[in-house]
Amino acid sequence: MVVVGAGMVGAACALYLARAGLAVTVVDRGPVAGGTSGAGEGNLLVSDKGPGPELDLALRSQELWRSLAEEELGARGESFEYEAKGGLVVAFTPADFAALQVFAATQNEAGVRAEEVPAEQLSEFEPHLAPDVAGGFWYPQDAQVMPALAAARLLKASGAALRLGSAVTGLLMSDGAVRGVRTTSGEIPARIVVNAAGLWSGAIAELAGSALPVQPRRGFVLVTEPLPPLIRHKVYSAAYVSDVSSSDAALQSSGVVEGTPSGPVLIGASRERVGLDRTPSYDALGRLAGQAAELFPFLERVAVQRYYCGFRPYLPDHLSAIGPDAHVAGLYHAAGHEGAGIGLAPATGELIAALVTGTKPMVDPEPFRPGRFADGCGCSEEAAR
Amino acid sequence: MTVDFTFDGRPMTAESGQTVGGALLAAGVLSWRTTRVNGRPRGLFCGIGVCFDCLVTVNGEPNVRACLVPVSHGDVVVTQEGDGRG
Repeated sequence: MVVVGAGMVGAACALYLARAGLAVTVVDRGPVAGGTSGAGEGNLLVSDKGPGPELDLALRSQELWRSLAEEELGARGESFEYEAKGGLVVAFTPADFAALQVFAATQNEAGVRAEEVPAEQLSEFEPHLAPDVAGGFWYPQDAQVMPALAAARLLKASGAALRLGSAVTGLLMSDGAVRGVRTTSGEIPARIVVNAAGLWSGAIAELAGSALPVQPRRGFVLVTEPLPPLIRHKVYSAAYVSDVSSSDAALQSSGVVEGTPSGPVLIGASRERVGLDRTPSYDALGRLAGQAAELFPFLERVAVQRYYCGFRPYLPDHLSAIGPDAHVAGLYHAAGHEGAGIGLAPATGELIAALVTGTKPMVDPEPFRPGRFADGCGCSEEAAR
Repeated sequence: MTVDFTFDGRPMTAESGQTVGGALLAAGVLSWRTTRVNGRPRGLFCGIGVCFDCLVTVNGEPNVRACLVPVSHGDVVVTQEGDGRG
């Protein structure tokens, strides 16, 4: 079988499919983690997710990430900078704090550990945090990995054959079923093709005569000069949660700040839908810098050395597409995780493996059904069934 | 026209407009930073402001790119250890 895409999701699909006993070839037109996976911060978050299918997938993924890092790959020296650092969400106003309390209560019921931290105790978590905040919540389950390294480690552990630098140019089909892929370096026969092509998963679906309405949602990350460890956790403002769930195409940004083992501090997160435009937006970059300094005033005196830019694969209902294509037998989608793909990758791979092999899935696949975008594939819901 | 500066306390001379990195290299200095984790020596690598390998402390300010900043008269340039913040 073939997995299209050597990003984090494709790597996780390859690993769990291989563990299920399938012979896997991973094809990518570029390198490992050359798209969205290589342009993010590697966050494994539950803190920004309310109750629902995405949170269920995230909670399962947290278990799998911990196991991969501490027992499976990490234990044999194939680590990927997994840090169970926890997340601290900070509210600047009493109104924001009250909203956060309501949100956290719903999360607690859904299995998230969210612990209220009064304003006067926040400095015990982050000594350099701004003093004028209303309160916060501590999320011990939030973690981080180095995403490009993690994708490479999972691919290697899968034992999959890798065909990098090979673009998929067509799907081999007969009788409405997949028979393989055509690439710039030859054809690969396969009865099962997993579309984990991220931003380009809509194009892969089109090659099969299907559709997936993935759109790019741009983000910038600022990288500061290297610093001693001054920021201990992932810290972000409560406004981030509403930005993530917004469907607005215009620029949204909220301060998301974290240190890294190598010294630089990473500052996000902006969101805007502007196509695949990489032109630097000084509006976005300036807002990020300002919002980071609101959280940590010492950052005003720290130099930003560079920024990077990436595109989240966005689906209109903010939920990824995981499962069999509605029309084409043998084609599976594992795409559209927006900004949460690193965190959601292992449970996505595990779910794909369960669906392909017909074993019991650990997470209900129904909400992720790719066929739910009936208008997007040019057919009615009835016809799709 | 030349400008005078010091590197780790040693008097040095640069051509007017020459970068810190250029002046140090011309004086035979190849390294002016140690890495944060393993303390390895670093100097110019890309030389065009992209790689951030040539970071150095100038007049007390750490993480200055030696390849971009011109020498000013009286500059105090010192080897940067790690992140340069003690």
